[in-house]
Amino acid sequence: MGAGAKAFYHDDAVVFAGMFQAVKKAGKNSSVFRAIAWVLSWILSTDHKRVGILYFVAMFSFFSVAVSLGIMMRLELFQSGQQFFEPKTYNAMFTLHGVIMTFLFIVPGIPAIFGNFLLPLQLGAADVSMPRLNLASWYMYIIGAIMAVVSLFSNGGAPDGGWTFYAPYSIQTQTNVSLALVAAFTLGLSSIFTGMNFLTTIHRLKAPGMGWFDMPLFVWSLYATAWIQVLATPVVGITLLLTVMERTLQIGIFNPSLGGDPVLYQHMFWIYSHPVVYVMILPAMGVISDVLPVFARRHIFGYKAIAYSTMAIAGSGYFVWAHHMFTSGISDVARLVFSFITFLVAIPTAIKIFNWLATLYRGSIQIDPPMLWALTFLFTFSIGGLTGLALGAVVTDIHLHDTYYVVGHFHYVMFGGGGVGMFAALHHWFPKITGRMYNFFHAKVSWFFFFVGFNMLYFPMLILGVMGMPRRYHDYLPQYDFLNSVATIGSWIMVFGILYMFANLLKGLLSGEKAGSNPWNAKTMEWETQSPPVLHNFEKQPKMVHGPYDYEGEWVK
Amino acid sequence: MGSHEQSHDHDHHIIGYGTHLVIYFGLLLLTGLTVAVARVNLGELNLWVAMLVATFKAALVILYFMHMKYEHKLIQFLFVIALLALFLPYGAVFIDYLHR
Amino acid sequence: MSSHAASHPQDAHSDNPHADYIGDKVGFWFFLYTELVLFGGLFLGYFFYHMKYKEAFHEAGSHLNVFMGAGNTVVLLTSSLTMVMSLTALQKRKKGLSLLYLGMTILFALAFMVVKYFEWGAKFSYGLYPGSEILQSSHSDGVIIFYGLYFVMTGTHGVHVVLGLLALSWMFVWVWQGKIHADDYAYLENVGLYWHLVDLIWIYLFPLLYLVA
Repeated sequence: MGAGAKAFYHDDAVVFAGMFQAVKKAGKNSSVFRAIAWVLSWILSTDHKRVGILYFVAMFSFFSVAVSLGIMMRLELFQSGQQFFEPKTYNAMFTLHGVIMTFLFIVPGIPAIFGNFLLPLQLGAADVSMPRLNLASWYMYIIGAIMAVVSLFSNGGAPDGGWTFYAPYSIQTQTNVSLALVAAFTLGLSSIFTGMNFLTTIHRLKAPGMGWFDMPLFVWSLYATAWIQVLATPVVGITLLLTVMERTLQIGIFNPSLGGDPVLYQHMFWIYSHPVVYVMILPAMGVISDVLPVFARRHIFGYKAIAYSTMAIAGSGYFVWAHHMFTSGISDVARLVFSFITFLVAIPTAIKIFNWLATLYRGSIQIDPPMLWALTFLFTFSIGGLTGLALGAVVTDIHLHDTYYVVGHFHYVMFGGGGVGMFAALHHWFPKITGRMYNFFHAKVSWFFFFVGFNMLYFPMLILGVMGMPRRYHDYLPQYDFLNSVATIGSWIMVFGILYMFANLLKGLLSGEKAGSNPWNAKTMEWETQSPPVLHNFEKQPKMVHGPYDYEGEWVK
Repeated sequence: MGSHEQSHDHDHHIIGYGTHLVIYFGLLLLTGLTVAVARVNLGELNLWVAMLVATFKAALVILYFMHMKYEHKLIQFLFVIALLALFLPYGAVFIDYLHR
Repeated sequence: MSSHAASHPQDAHSDNPHADYIGDKVGFWFFLYTELVLFGGLFLGYFFYHMKYKEAFHEAGSHLNVFMGAGNTVVLLTSSLTMVMSLTALQKRKKGLSLLYLGMTILFALAFMVVKYFEWGAKFSYGLYPGSEILQSSHSDGVIIFYGLYFVMTGTHGVHVVLGLLALSWMFVWVWQGKIHADDYAYLENVGLYWHLVDLIWIYLFPLLYLVA
């Protein structure tokens, strides 16, 4: 954060307090020590709000790197024939784009930034249950991120073969895959720490009078997410370690020439990595459930249905992974069973969508920027979800597997869902986090550019995929020229929109008007304290006196 | 669910030395049993018997050494969820393997 | 209603580090679940290949030393006993006894690693280790996989024993210094839980690797 945030946050909750105080004392006379003390007051702080902001800074730095890689890939694909990059470079680029976007951005995602910042606030607690572990999770994230970056430039060359690291290619390639795998393992640890912390916090630190069904739905989504983080991440952890051992020790487990079975790798990888798709999307759904009622001035329709469907999505997410493997030679029975369970996931998802629509019905809708982003989520995520049905059915999946249709589909879900949800959260809680407000007009204009560019970029991919254009190649046949050019131009418009949006938010941070404690007149508990909140959040322990969505005054306790 | 979790009348139950010893000898006995049974050729059954005995031992360790029997309801409840999340997905892998 | 516990979770400066006893344990149990799932992945691999290479697993497993395996099982079980004894002694305000049992636990853990060292050494001297020429040229696929699993599973378990050793030694110091005492023993209890988990994993590893031959 820039200088604007300097004044707000307390320096008290630091680990290694003695060291910090010494530097602070030395800083009385020296601007250098003052700067060091300021940095230390952030990176040693166990205050959940600061940890959240640390995550924000780190994650969006990596996000910008991955976006640049994406732009470069689109430049290469502007026309058929080789434009700028060698095939090998292109392979490394899409792997890095995938690794960074998945492991460094969208998996920590909303929980790491907004979960850390908001969870204790929404529960009326002073901090998370294990504040030091919380800070440690950020350090694990940074260590993992550094390893991922080092793997690019160290001997062997940047990892290739995609973010899924499928065996046996990943155990044969000479590029620096091992370090990237260890990096992903470390990032997994960071994610586990966050999950453990959130689960314990939600179980133990709800404000007096707050029952399970008085929690904001964002908290419910974090709860479901944390279960997945705790119980699914270790599977991929051991899988990645086995792959590292395969590369270094030749244990044979994933190596067909020693009797191993690469399909087992895919099973173990997706047992985790499918549930983690819900780690990416569930918190975004939670954000939408919190934003819509505020700007429709209505209580959320079907609170319990949304809460239960959140848990149902998390639970069923464990049993659908094999739909990533329909073309990998698994048995027909497995394809049938997993295809069927996959369709079941559509039910809780649809329950949410219909409840959100019912919330809007007859509301007094105010199209402020957070609402605009939330409505965008409904639109883009619905496209993402509906295009997924064609991939859940075995018959169509055989045709569409590994085409651009899949790329278009998961960008609509991940970016149009998780990413847009994050932007909605950013605009909704910006005044709470910084204490200032951004310019609405510019926020809406930047949204417009994003929305147009986004659909220009990803919708042609769906069509190209149906036409048969395969993914992960640096070149294609001339018949795909037109739509690829459209997509590339769309990528420019979208990135312009993102830059515009961040410029506007930065201006708001530095010189926006004071926002006050509750600019949206919202009912959840984080708006009851000042903006930005003090250390330990509340002057005195808040009590539950009205529901989180009590806009029509019918909450009875 | 919310309120009863926080009304913690945790009594810090102390298990006596005697109980520990009984459990310990039970575990030793089961270890002897599993080694002895392995010497009898039961074919397919050997694996399942070994797993059954191991699960008995594991239950003793979890219930007594790890206090699960006297634990707060919340911890017991979460443990069951975790076991389900462990076994069901892993079991589901064999939907594929057994039908190949 | 534990409102005071809810409003001041423990942090670096809390004057009451024992604010939420149940919360401490709940949090640690979540960590134990991740360990269970981690080992679960290895067990999944074992069962998967056991079905595929039944005969070869039979043959390869018979090369393992059942005597050493069973001995190590007894060592670990005994260390689990001394661990709970140590906790009970502390709860009954007998610090010296508690330290004695804790020290015995540490010794048994060391003994386990020593036996493991000789076992692994023997395998290496026969060339039965991943990546060895002998293993890959003169044995079937199933045997290669069995020894791959053997070393990965006992190795991962061994790493946990070593980590447990470090944690136990740390607890020993803290009990010695009085940082852990009869009214505040969540750390000792949690390290104990971790140690029992290490025991628990071995309870399954022993029959699967040594006996199913």
